[in-house]
Amino acid sequence: MSEPQPVAVLVEDERQIRRFVRTALESESWIVFEAETLKKGLTEAGTRKPDLVIVDLGLPDGSGVDLIRELRGWSQMPIIVLSARAGETDKVEALDAGADDYLTKPFGVGELLARVRAALRRRLAAGAGKPSVRIGDVEVDLTTRTVRKRGEAIHLTPIEYRLLTLLISSAGRVLTHRHICREVWGPSHEQSAHYSRIYMAHLRRKLEDDPARPKHILTETGVGYRLSI
Amino acid sequence: MATPQRERPDPDALLAQLQQEEAQARRGKLRIYFGASAGVGKTYAMLCAARKLSEEGRDVVVGVVETHGRGETAALLEGLAVLPPKELEYKGNRLKEFDLDAAIARRPQLILVDELAHTNASGSRHPKRWQDVEELLASGIDVFTTLNVQHLESLNDVVGGITGIRVWETLPDTFFDRADEVILVDIPADELLGRLKAGKVYFAEQAERASKNFFRKGNLIALRELALRRTADRVEEDVQSYRAKQAIERVWKTEASFLCCIGPRPGGDRAVRSAARLATQLNVDWTAVYVETPALQKLPSARRERILRTVKLAHDLGANTAILSGSDAPSTIIEYARSRNISKIIFGRSHSNRVSFWRPSFGARLAALAPDVDLLEIGRSDAVTTPQEREEYEVASVGDDGKSAQRLLSYAIAAAACAIPTLAGSVLLPYFDPANIVMLFLLTVAVVAVIFGRGPAVLATVLGVISFDFFFVPPRLSFVVSDIQYVLTFAVMLAVGLIISQLTAGLRYQARIASHREERSRALYEFARDLSSPLRAEDVVATTADFIGRTFRAKVALLLPDSTDHLVYAPLRSPLPIDLGTAQWAFDRSQPAGAGTDTLPGNEYLYLPLRAPMRTRGVLAIRPDSRRLLLVPEQRRQLDTFAALVAIALERVHYVEVAQQALIKMESERLRNSLLSALSHDLRTPLAALFGLADSLRLSKPPLSAQQENIADAIREAARGMSALVNNLLDMARIQSGEVRLNLQWQPFEEVVGSALKSTQTILANHRIEVDLDRQLPLIQFDAVLIERVLSNLLENAAKYTPAGSTVRLGATPTNDHELLVTVADNGPGLPKGQEEAIFDKFTRGARESATSGVGLGLAICRAIVEAHNGKIWAESVAESGARFSFTLPLGTPPELPKSIEEQSQAAAV
Repeated sequence: MSEPQPVAVLVEDERQIRRFVRTALESESWIVFEAETLKKGLTEAGTRKPDLVIVDLGLPDGSGVDLIRELRGWSQMPIIVLSARAGETDKVEALDAGADDYLTKPFGVGELLARVRAALRRRLAAGAGKPSVRIGDVEVDLTTRTVRKRGEAIHLTPIEYRLLTLLISSAGRVLTHRHICREVWGPSHEQSAHYSRIYMAHLRRKLEDDPARPKHILTETGVGYRLSI
Repeated sequence: MATPQRERPDPDALLAQLQQEEAQARRGKLRIYFGASAGVGKTYAMLCAARKLSEEGRDVVVGVVETHGRGETAALLEGLAVLPPKELEYKGNRLKEFDLDAAIARRPQLILVDELAHTNASGSRHPKRWQDVEELLASGIDVFTTLNVQHLESLNDVVGGITGIRVWETLPDTFFDRADEVILVDIPADELLGRLKAGKVYFAEQAERASKNFFRKGNLIALRELALRRTADRVEEDVQSYRAKQAIERVWKTEASFLCCIGPRPGGDRAVRSAARLATQLNVDWTAVYVETPALQKLPSARRERILRTVKLAHDLGANTAILSGSDAPSTIIEYARSRNISKIIFGRSHSNRVSFWRPSFGARLAALAPDVDLLEIGRSDAVTTPQEREEYEVASVGDDGKSAQRLLSYAIAAAACAIPTLAGSVLLPYFDPANIVMLFLLTVAVVAVIFGRGPAVLATVLGVISFDFFFVPPRLSFVVSDIQYVLTFAVMLAVGLIISQLTAGLRYQARIASHREERSRALYEFARDLSSPLRAEDVVATTADFIGRTFRAKVALLLPDSTDHLVYAPLRSPLPIDLGTAQWAFDRSQPAGAGTDTLPGNEYLYLPLRAPMRTRGVLAIRPDSRRLLLVPEQRRQLDTFAALVAIALERVHYVEVAQQALIKMESERLRNSLLSALSHDLRTPLAALFGLADSLRLSKPPLSAQQENIADAIREAARGMSALVNNLLDMARIQSGEVRLNLQWQPFEEVVGSALKSTQTILANHRIEVDLDRQLPLIQFDAVLIERVLSNLLENAAKYTPAGSTVRLGATPTNDHELLVTVADNGPGLPKGQEEAIFDKFTRGARESATSGVGLGLAICRAIVEAHNGKIWAESVAESGARFSFTLPLGTPPELPKSIEEQSQAAAV
């Protein structure tokens, strides 16, 4: 193993959860540093040069969202949030603060590792600037701005294309409605979530085989969308 | 853009005007067909107008129309809806009256009610028909009606003077002036006489004789002039009020307003009517006052009542009324006028026999006291005084029996008291001068004046002078006076005695007035103090009944509304004969009713609404021992003040309750929230750990044996099931507490179907899924997270209760009822018979003994969520093809997506 081992910082106050997350990450040869408070989490993240931070939203000395804001002040490292169910607003807040992804408790090892891998892959792919992207049967050529499905050209309106490139540039990440609206329609339309929903439905009808059971443009209910490549 | 302060209209005035306009808009409109006499064609004109409106499609109903047997008029009635009259039993006769309740229940747009001044048969709700009309207007129904000039209250005596016939059915001028439209129906006198001769105007037999005198040409001309003038005054008023409305700011017309004095003699009504007419012509406020002097206080109650009736007449004619007390009427009136900046005084002419050299007339005294005030003297009205009134006056002058015995006694005691100084003087005469003995007599006069008042004191003075002369002035025991100087003694003694009795009596009266006043304000103070402490409505009721009962020597009950605004009478001790119907009327309209008012005056009790700032809080029913009490304005005012205090106390109590409830609710909500969040954290965290740890066993090295791995899976699944159960329980608790706020968003339904299918894909792995969504589904407003739960629960149920390999069909389609119908159907065994509704209850499961896990909360949660979205959810067994669950969501109107967005971004994209 010549490659250096990746480093993760885990900020979570519950010992048993820390334990199995650590077990899961170590099975994929991660080095894990634990922190049970927000303060300690900040110190660890600042000193360990982590490749990934996993944050629980409910910490004894503050909200995980504050930690995310702090980290995003100086780093672009992937951040995965652990949250309780029915906390859609918390999730949206965390994602808007800069988190990449979230996991709802209870979650399994497989789910955790899949998200971690996706986050890491995204970080490595960032800045690679590939000229074309494949999403299932759909081929998107970013240089000629053409979209083909099984070789057939598909016409997208400028808005739909912009939406698609936004999804591609953050593939695997959860994008909140607010984020999408801001990026595509501008800051004055941040509250117009139904715009993003309508155009996302158009995009699905053009790209997905069964728009009611999408395989790639996935809905994160109450939160936003995620492109799964 | 700052507007200068003074140019901005006063917001309060604007608001008041708006509110007034709003009230006007809700009120029905009143149109009066006004004529000089019967037979001019008022009813005819009214019916013609009504027919026209009816043909235009307005809902017109004839409430009551008197055709007097005129064929032309009766013909007009054809084709119009006529309200059947109400039949009343009165003294064995069956009387037909206008049916007010039926009219209000029928609610036409316009109702015709003939003869506005009509007096209703006793037993009707209101004594007068115009009060019925008032209620119709208040409930938003337009009214057309007719009126003759002789029935107007303020013109009543004038018409009586012209025609020699006085009618007793009168209409207050204020009501006439408030009418929205007055249409004068006018024909020249000759034509009317012609119609009369031609037999076009018929009269009932009993009226025929009177009408012959009435329909003289001179009379008709005079009446016509009166009617025309009155109408002209009204038009002038309309112009004035229009001007006032345009300028918004109302000019305070104090300078022009005047004061009308009500005297103790009969005929005071005349001065009041003249004043009312003048006030209407000048369009100013006016005040009527009655001064109660010590002499007048001793009037018999029948006469006092008549005076109070005159005061009430003035009030009905639109005056502010006041009863003042003072020892001298003119100076009290002048003082009152000055304090209110009134510069005109109207009074009736005094009776000439009372005017003499040393006792100037009332007018002269007013003039002497205030040379700067304009005085207007109204001629006497002996001619029109009714025999009844005169008789009343004469009877009254003789004096009434009750008090006269007491008065005689006091005179007797006064006479007897004179014996004391006589006896004492006889003993002392050897030692004292007769001149000093006089002092004893004066002392006696003073004492008698203090105790019994002026009359007995005067008697004592005279008797004293006589006894002094008889017993002490030589020659003694004779009235002869030898020494002429004693004549001076007698004169001085008489004068001093009279002055003392006058002064003392005045003082006595003032003291009594002062103590009355003090009593009133003390009662008010004590009542306010007593009402400030209760914290429960029952205590307010008890305090009020007790206090008002004592102060007014009356039977008192307090009626409070229940939650549906119906008054409830909860008697404290023995129940009183309260008329709940009248009380409810007073409550609903926030107007006094019963004894002493215009509404159901036959009632024993007076029902006063308790008006508080926010709303009417109840009704105070009161029956004083003497009914006169309700007529005295001072007493009524005090009663009103008491009622206001009670209302405020009730409102305060109400808000105390509201505040307490809010506090309790807040507290319990806080408790529940902290409990829920503690529960959710303390239950979920260990479950999440358990689930994750069991899952991570698979990663252990060396790998687990197949058996161990099975156990790990079982633990994990158990933890997952447990976690789902906890979620359901907590969700149910949240939804039931009403804490869940829907996060309603406009979104495609397809999206939530996709996420529900994704979240249940492992459970449904062994089932065939068919999705049938209408391609053209519009955007729907719902909470995505909650509706996803509904769909997931329904899908999970389908998976749980059908064998592997079954088909689950999910469909959504808009219905004709502007709803979205969503169905989840399977081809499994179907629902147990008769359980289609019960399965939505909490902790109910399809098959009790089955091995499938869960406690039956899923469907209960679905129902709660769908109902929170204003939808319905139901289940049914479909013949041979299993169970079908359906729910609906309202479609609503989705927001427009502006076209410009696409264009804008197009521009940006290029």
